[in-house]
Amino acid sequence: MYVAVKGGEAAIANAHRLLADRRRGDRDVPALTLAQITGQLALAVDRVMAEGSLYDPDLAAMAVRQSRGDMIEAIFLLRAYRTTLARFGNSRPIDTAKMRIERRVSATYKDIPGGQLLGPTFDYTHRLIDPAMAGDEPVDEPLRRAREDERRAPRVTDILNDEGLIERDVLSDEEPGDLTRDPTAFPADRDVRLQALARGDEGFLLSLGYSTQRGYGRTHPFVGEIRIGLVDVEIDVPELGFAVSLGSVRVTECQMVSQFTGGGEEGAKFTRGYGLVFGQSERKAMAMSLVDRALRAHEFDEQRLAPAQDEEFVLAHCDNVQATGFVEHLKLPHYVDFQAELDLLRTLNTAKAKNDEMREAAE
Amino acid sequence: MSTPNETRLDSAFTRHVFEGGFADPVMDSQAVFRRVMNALAEPGTIADLAGFVSPPAPLLQATAAILLTLADYDTPVWFEKPENNDDAIGWMSFHTGAPRTADVSRASFAVLEKASPVEAWAKFPIGTSDYPDRSATLILPVASLVGGEPLKLTGPGIETQTMITPVGLPEGFVAAMAENRAAYPLGLDVLLVCGGEAIGLPRTTRIEEA
Amino acid sequence: MTLPEYNFAYLDEQTKRMIRRAILKGIAIPGYQVPFASREMPMPYGWGTGGVQVTAAILGPDDVLKVIDQGADDTTNAVSIRAFFAKTANVATTTKTADATVIQTRHRIPEAPLSAGQVIVYQVPIPEPLRFLEPRETETRVMHGLEEYGLIHVKLYEDIAQHGHIATTYAYPVKVEDRYVMDPSPIPKFDNPKMNGSPALQLFGAGREKRIYALPPFTNVVSLDFEDHPFEVQKFKQPCALCNATGVYLDEVVTDDRGGRMYVCSDTDHCETRREEGHHGAGLPISGAQTAKEDAA
Repeated sequence: MYVAVKGGEAAIANAHRLLADRRRGDRDVPALTLAQITGQLALAVDRVMAEGSLYDPDLAAMAVRQSRGDMIEAIFLLRAYRTTLARFGNSRPIDTAKMRIERRVSATYKDIPGGQLLGPTFDYTHRLIDPAMAGDEPVDEPLRRAREDERRAPRVTDILNDEGLIERDVLSDEEPGDLTRDPTAFPADRDVRLQALARGDEGFLLSLGYSTQRGYGRTHPFVGEIRIGLVDVEIDVPELGFAVSLGSVRVTECQMVSQFTGGGEEGAKFTRGYGLVFGQSERKAMAMSLVDRALRAHEFDEQRLAPAQDEEFVLAHCDNVQATGFVEHLKLPHYVDFQAELDLLRTLNTAKAKNDEMREAAE
Repeated sequence: MSTPNETRLDSAFTRHVFEGGFADPVMDSQAVFRRVMNALAEPGTIADLAGFVSPPAPLLQATAAILLTLADYDTPVWFEKPENNDDAIGWMSFHTGAPRTADVSRASFAVLEKASPVEAWAKFPIGTSDYPDRSATLILPVASLVGGEPLKLTGPGIETQTMITPVGLPEGFVAAMAENRAAYPLGLDVLLVCGGEAIGLPRTTRIEEA
Repeated sequence: MTLPEYNFAYLDEQTKRMIRRAILKGIAIPGYQVPFASREMPMPYGWGTGGVQVTAAILGPDDVLKVIDQGADDTTNAVSIRAFFAKTANVATTTKTADATVIQTRHRIPEAPLSAGQVIVYQVPIPEPLRFLEPRETETRVMHGLEEYGLIHVKLYEDIAQHGHIATTYAYPVKVEDRYVMDPSPIPKFDNPKMNGSPALQLFGAGREKRIYALPPFTNVVSLDFEDHPFEVQKFKQPCALCNATGVYLDEVVTDDRGGRMYVCSDTDHCETRREEGHHGAGLPISGAQTAKEDAA
């Protein structure tokens, strides 16, 4: 006698129990602490905060631990928590010109006011697995700049702007769109596009940005500047009549100086591609600025032919939480629909067999 | 949770501006919503929205319960006679955070007066062919929801036909609603209210004098 | 550091209001997809986040909730969603279709007719019936606006030309109140007729695609077809092997690796109710030889 499969509840409970076991691993090995994760896997925490669009290193570290290091799963955890948080106001725009800079490089000028600063970069490490990583050898303290060296470092794009060689930044007091609060409609404004890219999957943006370099929507980019560091977040308090600092966040900003345009009244000017992400993530900020510029094709009367220029394509597919959900949902039961397809195939084949028979008989 | 509108605290509002909201905002708004949902899903049925709120006059209990359930920061509310509704507007702002708008074309909800002139309704947003949902919901008070001349309703939500007998509809209401129906899928959705009760008349409902 | 806390039915009140407004617009414009600011839910997109948001926005303490996936109350995802609401909304749950006030479903409509006062919430992956013909939202939105549905008829007709049949077997498009073409979610077309004139309120939630739509009770819902190729639903040759029901949708169960199959009700509640009433089917798998014979017949 056939008995339908039962016990979904017990199966789920057991699966969760096994998952918890695997997450914890060998009980003789000490559990990871949040301080270890935020301190020693900081870039993982940064990515989770950036794509989770919530700046909270401890929660991000909890998510990394809970997800066993599955980044998209951790991003998802943070997003699902973020969505329940009440909004109590909008901060003032952060001012990256006043950033406390940890790293700053420009590819367009040999030297710039404030100087180039390599900072904590992998760029010139030789990718040899370091035997020291197997143990816990003492690490030297880093060198620190003297206070007086923390000179004002104007943004490279501001320097170009002063000379009138780059399109002007649009100053706006308008409240920016928020795709987490309003359904996205196309065409989308640049503020919403940038928000989508800032939350977008690093790998997806990386590949799209790469594609523009290979000719699929070429934008002739130069890295005007990448800067990483801490910026203050301030919020206006109308009752007080002044802005209050809520603290500071680490961000990576990339300003791409791209394909010039015009020649009319305004004269020829470089155009901008912009990338800004939470934490230290140069790859993501650079890819974002390439894609931002590519998505602005229509503003400069460029033909939109490449995937990276296609706003609906990019925005609809850059979110890894959405993408992973829909790809992975294929493993959920679909047997009702599959049955419908089986039935149709059998009907079609039966009809064909009959037809073939009749034709043979006629011949 | 309601959002205090701090900028209004200094004006001459009496304390009833702050009192009389939902006793349990989570459960009460759910209960009111289900009743309003059923009222719109089954046009002609009378929804009981009484006892949830005690708004300042002249705001009706039904209107107030609907606003507290559905209005917020994202939904401008237009009052036909704001000059008569100082307390009502203050109360609504305090409990919902919804902005009062003087611009009829931005209204998500419109709080009408009895016998509101239907010719003026043409200015409310009725949506666009791409987004017919970007339209206003009118809250129209009547003298009574029952006891008047019968009107026959047909359309989605109604198995064959149903009758309503409201008293004190504005002049030309049936013709205005026929015009509204003709613009489908664009259009206005109407909630007739009296005291603590409401009848839903979505844009799909055909209304005829029986 | 503050540890997370969650509201009744998980969603915050502002989100519920926004979803509730979308539901009301959906009811006022049957079959039209209302955009809504879908939230990230604590379950993956594709697992029913749209349906879960709709359910969370309507659910109250007096509701009795039933959740099915593939017609069954005991599939893991149905169990998981039911447990989610039992936990976050402390709501009563049931597997009995007749006892439920709210039914959330993925891919089926229960066999027992729904009644007035019930709400059925469909989980929808791709709400746009034109999406596989035209991937761009900017285009499909205009098509709906202009009631330009030629493309979908062409697609169905191409099927006929190629296969002699309309080859769409699930998510079969319907026209609502002679205006909007609507995706009924991936229910088998077998279930389409149940949508027409149903006394229950039908709500559809697509979380990832951020759309909500609705069918009020007694709404006119017609499956698209052609005069020479009228709409037809699947028919099964044999009754349910467990409860002997006919005229219901059946799951094909593979019983051995020699072609053995048996067919049982996809709607587990319907099947159990019938068995409790004393119905019983042949019970044993049809052997491989029999299946082959039947197929050849």
